[in-house]
Order: sequence, then C-alpha cells, then structure tokens
Amino acid sequence: MSKSVGKSVVRVDAYEKATGRAKYTDDLCDRSALVAKICHATIAHGFVTSIDTGEAEAIPGVVRVLTCFDAPDRPFPTAGHPWSTDPSHQDVADRLLLNRHVRYYGDEVAVVIAEDEIAAVQGVRALKVTYEELPFVLDVQKAMEPGAPQIHEEFPGNILAHTDIRRGDYQSAIQEPGLIKVEGWYDTPTVQHCHIENHGCFAYMEAGRVVVVSSTQIPHIVRRVVGQALGLPWGKVRLIKPYIGGGFGNKQDALYEPLCAWCSTMVGGRLVKLECTREETFVSNRVRHAIRTHIISWVRKDGTLAARKFEAFSNQGAYASHGHGVVAKGMGAFPQLYPCPNLECDCWSVFTNRPAAGAMRGYGIPQAMFAGECHIDDICAAIGMTPLEFRRKNLMPVGYTDAFSKNELYSDTFNQCMDKGMAAIDYARKYQVYQNQTGPVRRGVGMAVFWYNTAVWPISLESSSCRMVVNQDGSLQFQTGETEIGQGCDTAYSQMVADAVGVPLSDVHVVSTQDTDVTPYGTGAYASRQTYIGGFSIVQTAKALRERILAIAHEQTRMPVSNLDLVDGQIVRKSDGRILKSLGDLATESLYSLEHSQHITAETTAQIKSNAYSFGCSFAEVEVDIPMCKVKLLNIVNVHDCGTLINPALAEAQVHGGMSMAIGYGLSEELKFDEKTGKPLNNNLLDYKLSTFMDHPTLQAEFVENAEPTSPYGTKALGEPPACSGAPAIRNAIFQATGVAFDRCPITPHVLYRGFKEAGLITD
Amino acid sequence: MEKHIMQYQTVHFNLNGKDVERTVDVRASLTDMLRGDFRMTSVKKGCEVGECGACNVLIDGEAFNSCIYLAVWAEGKHIRTLEGLLGPNGELSDIQQAFVEEAAIQCGFCTPGFILTAVEILESGKEYSDAELRKLLSGHLCRCTGYENILRAVKKTMYRRLGKSF
Amino acid sequence: MYDMKALYQAKSVADAVALRLAHPQAQIIAGGSDVLVQMREGKRAGAELISIYGLDELRGVSMEADGTLRIGSLTSFSHITRDPLIQQYVNVLGEAVDQVGGPQIRNIGTIGGNTCNGVTSADSASTLFAYDAVVELTGPDGVRRLPIQEFYIKAGKVDIREGELQTAILISRESYENTFGHYIKYAMRNAMDIATLGTSVNVRLSADKRTVERARVAFGVAGPVPLRAETAERLAAGKTLSPDLADDFAAAVREDINPRDSWRAARDFRMHIAVESARRAFVEAVHLAGGEL
Repeated sequence: MSKSVGKSVVRVDAYEKATGRAKYTDDLCDRSALVAKICHATIAHGFVTSIDTGEAEAIPGVVRVLTCFDAPDRPFPTAGHPWSTDPSHQDVADRLLLNRHVRYYGDEVAVVIAEDEIAAVQGVRALKVTYEELPFVLDVQKAMEPGAPQIHEEFPGNILAHTDIRRGDYQSAIQEPGLIKVEGWYDTPTVQHCHIENHGCFAYMEAGRVVVVSSTQIPHIVRRVVGQALGLPWGKVRLIKPYIGGGFGNKQDALYEPLCAWCSTMVGGRLVKLECTREETFVSNRVRHAIRTHIISWVRKDGTLAARKFEAFSNQGAYASHGHGVVAKGMGAFPQLYPCPNLECDCWSVFTNRPAAGAMRGYGIPQAMFAGECHIDDICAAIGMTPLEFRRKNLMPVGYTDAFSKNELYSDTFNQCMDKGMAAIDYARKYQVYQNQTGPVRRGVGMAVFWYNTAVWPISLESSSCRMVVNQDGSLQFQTGETEIGQGCDTAYSQMVADAVGVPLSDVHVVSTQDTDVTPYGTGAYASRQTYIGGFSIVQTAKALRERILAIAHEQTRMPVSNLDLVDGQIVRKSDGRILKSLGDLATESLYSLEHSQHITAETTAQIKSNAYSFGCSFAEVEVDIPMCKVKLLNIVNVHDCGTLINPALAEAQVHGGMSMAIGYGLSEELKFDEKTGKPLNNNLLDYKLSTFMDHPTLQAEFVENAEPTSPYGTKALGEPPACSGAPAIRNAIFQATGVAFDRCPITPHVLYRGFKEAGLITD
Repeated sequence: MEKHIMQYQTVHFNLNGKDVERTVDVRASLTDMLRGDFRMTSVKKGCEVGECGACNVLIDGEAFNSCIYLAVWAEGKHIRTLEGLLGPNGELSDIQQAFVEEAAIQCGFCTPGFILTAVEILESGKEYSDAELRKLLSGHLCRCTGYENILRAVKKTMYRRLGKSF
Repeated sequence: MYDMKALYQAKSVADAVALRLAHPQAQIIAGGSDVLVQMREGKRAGAELISIYGLDELRGVSMEADGTLRIGSLTSFSHITRDPLIQQYVNVLGEAVDQVGGPQIRNIGTIGGNTCNGVTSADSASTLFAYDAVVELTGPDGVRRLPIQEFYIKAGKVDIREGELQTAILISRESYENTFGHYIKYAMRNAMDIATLGTSVNVRLSADKRTVERARVAFGVAGPVPLRAETAERLAAGKTLSPDLADDFAAAVREDINPRDSWRAARDFRMHIAVESARRAFVEAVHLAGGEL
C-alpha cells in the first residue's frame, strides 16, 4: 500500500543544507539594513529612573535611540500557544517592548538603531542608565516567602499559578501500618536551548503593513503577538519564516520580533535588523524552568504504592511566557506513570528575578522525570527491590486511560521498551556484576522511563491546515503552517503527501517557508505535534484533492469516478488496471482547457480532538572515577514507542539529538547566576557546558512500533521524548556504582565532590 | 566622542581556487567579508567568539573560525568555503554526500563548518580511530544530532577514500 | 565587525617595535582568539591594535647551537604539537597545548598569546613553568630574556615593557634533557574548555630507573598565576621509586598551592583535584621515563 511512508528517504532539504545554500534569516536580509542593538539592564530588579541618550545620539551612524520611556504601555503575551477567544484562557500579557520596571539582569531597557553594528554597539555602551534598585530574589522557594521582593504587582507572593491533583485520601492512607516512607527533594537546573543559530529577525514596512522575517518556530502566532504589541490589526502584520538553525522551544515564543517591528515603524518603515548575540540568547530569550520537586512515597514491603505526595516549585523567572503549563504538564505525568490510589499533588509557578523560562524540549517532563525516576530508585534502595522489578510491577498498566485527555495505553509499551533497552545494554548481567563494588573506579547501570503525551489537546486548540496545488506536469506543492525547524517534518510530510495523494515522492514539493500572507493557518512546531497533527490535515486535504482530480478525470475520460483511481501519478481505470493518462496530462489539459479551465487545488483545516501517549525509556552505563570526581558515560540507549515510524533514519537522528541534550542535562549544563547581583555568570558557549563531540559515547536509538490508533499514519510524539529520561538513567547508574543518591542535576564534578565527601568516599 | 577614522584596505587572496581582491573595512572579520562581500551563506554566525565552529573555513588547508580572524589577514592566503566543494554541475563532494546519506544534517546550521573540518581530516589521507575523529571534530557544537551521524558520515568517507570497507 | 580604533599591521619585528613605541596604548594582537573576543565583549572596545599575525619569522620551533629549544611566539598550538623537536624533547608540551579549546582554536592560538595573556588557566603555562622556560622579549634596546616565573607579574599582567613584544619561548637542554612529562587538564568537558586545574609533572630518573633524580610539578589555576610546587619537588628528589612516593609527592603539593574560590570551582575542590592530579601525573611521568612504582 504505502510507498513512501516508512522509508528512510533522504531529507528534502539535505542538498540545500549540505551545500550551505539554504537561506536562514540573516542570509535573506538586505545589506542596507539598519542594525538595532538592545541595552540590557545591569541590575536584577528595580526601576529605570533616567536614560541619558545624548552621547549615544551623537555617535556617527546612530539613527535613533528608543528607551523604555518611549515604548507604548501596551502589555502583550509571548507564549507560543494558540490564541484563545476565551479571555480566561489567554496567556498572561506581562511584556512590554522596553521596560522601566527591570525584573531580571538583562531586561530590555533601550534600543539603539544605527547604520552599522559598531555604531549600534557603541551607542548602547554610551547610554547612561540610572536605576532605583530593589531587592531581588533568585530562588523559587525564597520568592514564595512573606516579604520577598514582589516582581509583578498583579501576582502577590510572586505566584503566577498553583494547581493541584487529589486522589483518594492521602492522610488516611499513610496511617496504614508497616508502610515505608521514602522522601526526597530533587533539583533541576536552569538550562538553555543552545540552537546554533541565535534568534534574529528583520522588519520593514511595505504598503502600510509591517513585514517581519524571523527565526521562529511559530510564524502565525508571532504575527498575532506583533499585532498585539504594536496595537495593529493582525492583518497589518506579515510574518515570514525561512529555514531556521534549530529552536527546541526557545523560538516557540515571540522573542524580539515585536521590538524589531516597532523599531522599523519608528524609523519610517526602514529595514531594521535585530540579531541576538549568543550572550543575549542565553539570558534574554527563554530558558528551561528550574524545578525543585519534593516527593514522598509510602510504600508497602511488597513494592506497592499506598500513597504519594508531590510538590513542584517551578522557577518561572521574570515573565510569564509559557507560564504554568510547563510544571503542570510535569505534575500531570505523576499520577499516571505509577498509578496510586491516594495522592496529594501540588505545583506552583513562581516569579523570580531570573531570565524568563519558557518552552524547552520536553516541556516540564525532563524535570518531572528526573525527580520521579530518581525517586523510584530511591524507593527501590529503601525496600530492597530492583529498579526493574519495581517498574514492571508499578508502571501504568495496559489499558490505562486518562480521564482528562482520554489517552489510552493500548499496548504493553513499557515492558517492550524496557526489554529492548535491557538487551541493547546487557542490563541484567551488568546490574549483577556491578552490585556492591569497592575501589576508586566503579561502574553502574541505571534506567529510567518517561511519560509524554503528544500535542496540546484538550488543553488548547489543535488544528492544522494544508494546501495542495497541482502543477501542469502533475507534480504538486503543499504547504502547512507547521514548521520545519531541523526536525525533518518537511520530509515526513512529503512522504505522507505522496502516499495520500497517490503520486511519487519526487513529484511532491514542499513549500518550506511559512509566509502568513500565503501559508494556511497553523500554529507551528511544538508539543511534538508535527507528524501527528499534520498527518490529519494532509490526509484530509489529499482526499479533497483526489476527489477534485478524479472529478476532472471523469470529465476528461468519461469514466465514472467510482471506476477511477490515482496511483503513482497515473489515472488508472480500476476495473482493468489500465492507465488512462498521467496526472500531468490531466493537469495541463485542465488548466488550459478552452471549455472548462480550472487549476487543481485543495485546502482544508483538520481539527484534532485526540491526543496520544508516547512512551519509552533510557538505559545508561557509567564509570565513576571517585578520586577524580568524574563520570564517564560508557553506554546509553533510548527506546521509544512513537508508533509507526514515518522515516526511520530521521527518527533515529531525532533521538540522538534528544539523548545528547539529556546527557548535558544530567552531567554538565547549568546556567549560573551571581547570588550577589543576579548577573548571569556563564552565558556563553565556553562556560556553559554543552556536550561536545568528545563527551558522548555511541548513542543508540531503538524503537518499538505499536501503531497509534488515533493517527492516520499510526504515529505520535518523537520530537521531545528523547530528552526526557536520559538524565535520571545516568543518575541512577551513578547511584548503583557509588551508592550515592544524588538529588540534583547536572551531576558535575563539583556535585560529585560534595556527594563523595559527605558519603566518606573521599577524604582530604 | 571622537570620530572614528575609517580605514579600508585592499585584500588579495585566493577564494575557492579563484584569485580575488576586495577593499574591506579593517574592522571586519573574515566572516563579515565572506558573508557580506562574497555572499557566502555557508559561513554561519553562531557565537562570533570561536566557540561553536559554524563559521569555519579552511585557510591554507587548516580549519579556522573565521569569526575571530581579521579579514585583512586573508592577504595572500588560500581560503576554501563549502561553496568550493561543489562540482561544476552542482555535484556534491563525497563528504557532502555522506552527510546526506547518513542523516547527519538536521537544522543544517552547523553542517558547513563540520564538513570543512572533515575535509581537512580526509585530506590528511590518514586513518583515524573513533576517538581521534571525535577529537578532530570537537571544535564544532551541534544541538540536533548528538554528533552520532556526523561521526558516521566522516568515518564512511574516510574508509571509502582509503579504499576500505566500512 | 570589531570596534577597533585603528589597526597597525607590523611587517617585521623591528616594525612592530616601532609601532609599539609610536602607539603605546595599542594592544598587540597575535592570533586574536583572546584579544578579539575581549574586544567584542567591550573590554578592549575602541582600542588600537598592532597585528603581528603576519610575522612569519616568529613561527616555528628550532634548536639553537647549545641545544636550547626555541619556540617562536607565533607558533600555533597545532604546529607545536606536530613539531618533531617538541615530540622528541618535550612531548608533554605538545600534549598540553593539544588540549586547548578545539582544533580551530589550536590552529589560530599561539603560545605567545597564551603566555602574554597572563592567565593562570593557560594550558601551555604550567608545562612551561615545569620546564623553567625562558621568555624572550624584543624591544628598542634589543633582546631581553627572563625566566617565565618572573614574566608573570600577577593575574592578567606580564612583564612586557614599552616597545617590547614577546618573540620566543626557550627551553634549555639542561631543563628538558632526559625528562618525561605528563599533563592533566582537569575541565568540565573533554573539549572546548578552559582548565579548572592544569597539572604538569616531569621527572628525570637515574640510569637504573629506580631513583628520581629530579621531579618538577607546576599548576595552572592553583593560584593567581601558574606556579611550581617546590616542596613536592624537593621531597621527591633523590628518592627511590615506590607507590608511597607518589602519594607523598602528591600530598606535598598542598604546601605550595593556593587556589581560590570562584563560581567556576571551590577552593577545597581544586585542592583535592590538585593532589589527585599530581599523583596521577607523577605516576604517568615515571612510567613514561621507564620507571615502576
């Protein structure tokens, strides 16, 4: 049946990228552009009292200086969420283009527009900003204390949101005699996406409208946000998204597009470019929420769970961005992954004077899995059960259905994934061999599972639109609002389109660029939704296109539609299989017909009211050099059930990238801040320890393919899941090797040193 | 504020096999010149301080981050960018083809830099172990691939050029 | 684009000296991997630069008539590592600078720039300290030579006087002959990193490989500038090889090092790593020298 889906076809953009010809935002910007550079606050909290622009304005080449005193008082939201027509579901509008109220070290207070980069940078340096400083707070729980500095007037106690989940009766359940109480606090760090292309954009006015070209994952959403920020009708804004050099959620926010667009409008609509430096990307874009999680489990000796308590404190940073959705998603996993009848779960998103936290690959799940899966191994140690046995006994059973999302676990996914991962890493044998080691250098194996659900229904809108246009030669273009950000959706979609329409893959041309003037509405790349959600609109639009084509074939061949088919680009008579004509001949005749000329196109919107679980696991093997406080990752394998694979090679590559991110999360990455000033300490790629080529073992990706029944292609989330379980698997491997149960990541040499010293493994 | 004394200088060098000259602002980096004056989009800006490797080019056969190399230093040098690897009819070189075949490309932003370092490695004509290759490629950061398929692509090409099976 | 006020390109060492005298405020730029980065950060914004990048006479490694190894200040790290003289006589230096940053940085970064920065974390510096390297400076009054320990004045400050530039680094035959060394770079990742601690040890054993004739150990990031741990060196000199010797040698480095607390690493952590690194580097150096512990 299917000819293209399921094959490891080469990426449709591979040639352009292998030659360096693929055009990214800056490649498209005309050299005449003015350059905008932002003046960032050098205090963590306070008010700008004045900005002396005189010296900056005198610099040759400086065109315009705009300060927080010039910016309109028109708050806007930035999160890459679908708009809600219900005001109570809209994202918090707490951003201004430039800020008098400085809420973190790096907040935008002014912008200098100049004829070249040097003049702009000199202009920023020449600004004299005075502040009224206020106390600041960086720690999430300190921000909740009475008397803590207040960051947003509208949110007393700095609490952006608090939600809870209650099941059964926790307080009564814990009275059961003989229960073993296992309690832990788990900390995850502030990390950054570190896509290699920094965010950048340029803007100009054309025919009374603002055009913005941006490195974004969400062009249609950013268009709306630019409209909101500038007070323009949304139709006055045109957003264009070319190839982008990675996003990982950072570009699932409106970043500097509103400011850049505003700058253009303030210099008569001239072309203005605003490119982030790497240092700005680290601090003044978005980061992953640092979340502190407190878990108490009441466990019976047989390894069953009597009652559990979960509290998560999510460091939101200075602005709401994606807000509470992130920690809430993480908490949502807790009752489902290891079902337990008696639960008390609470989570808080709390403002602090740190960079704003937004979406990042995994959206709360890497944090929740680090806490949750470390805790499972802590339970195992407390009750004397193996990590594998406990998981087999307690993980979500087949047939489990979540009342809210209606997601169901249709297959024995967890056991299948764990079996495959164990085999890949020789887990069972190594687990035995590595028990009870002594000596300075020890090995360990660890495992962790993850929970993920695909897309955002039923929390938000899920829809996808698709347009297909047939050319005279029978090839076709298609467009969706869902964006290629490196993950390969253009290729996966092309494969789907080829099969759904009935044409060879070589006749399918994806329009990779989204342009809100011509691209059908779609919300963009996030929530690992692309192949799942896009599949619906592709199938539906292909069906409409086929109907159109077969109706024309009927006109041209006089055969009834019921006896016609489109197979591999040919109009076929079903009854005898004879090829009547090619789609190219049909399209040419149709377009140039003197009797009934029509161009062949179809366009539909699919609304999706389903969601799908996407599960899997990681296994890691480490060697710990205790005196040197070093962990060497020897082996790591991820196993995923993301349903039927659309393109196995690209799926594998996607998993590698997520595993790499998980390794950094587990062992090395953390954005640090000076406790005394709130200043970021390591916002560059030298001091922020992203894994290099030499920090990885061979990355192994395995799959279990249980076709997802709700998807037309049997597919579900794979974009984010690979980043979710690697870090706790590494931590649990270190635990097995050394007996030290680390309660935070990244588990750097500094953390190892403290842990080993406390455990008496090293003495100075 | 003191007015900047603009200085321009004409630089003569060989770019992808062709002798060229340009008059450039002495303040320009080689990245600025290659992107701005020669419109070479393969030379990417990822950090501008020599930490990510996206702007990598070959100068007299060695890999350099062009962001921290002054344009005027190009005088008399032989500089190669990814644009120089392509055949006359747009044919991919073997290493580019291997990146395509091994799914070593995702967002594509680190790709040109990696390929040029791979060219330097391959042109040595030596056979390297995995660990050696990892070290030789370690001046480039990638967030998409976990480096796994990049290693495969370089290895595959190395063995092919050495006439060995992979 | 770099925010520089002017760029003066030296055509010879003499020209560089003249430019230094004519523009005393100007900063010398060798490979640029540090100076340009600082300029972009704003630390040196608006500065004048004297580029010595084009002075090929300052590149390369050679041996002088008395056996002194001469490393031209503009020799890049990768060329030092690949140099046959380095490999034969002070291989540890080649190994140490092969751990600077990544390959592209090692192609542009120079040993002169690495030392003139005056930073304690320079991967070349601890080995140069451990080999009693001599710094050659050329100025208006000719050539001045001084021990590298004296070249470093304090963190970020080295002894380069008006009109001078560093033209070579020298290692005497007496210093390197019959020695075997090992460098351990302790960092947070395996590439593209600066040292949390750098430890360079070299030993000279007796002819029967049983006794330490001379041991030297130097550290980077164990103090504001690179330093030698002379207590440990004295302790090992003349001692018979034994496993305890390595432990004693390592423990003794505590007497001379003085790492600080910073956000990059805590003092006690650096102390711990220094001892462990000294032990391992000593063991490895002894093994390279043909000795057994």
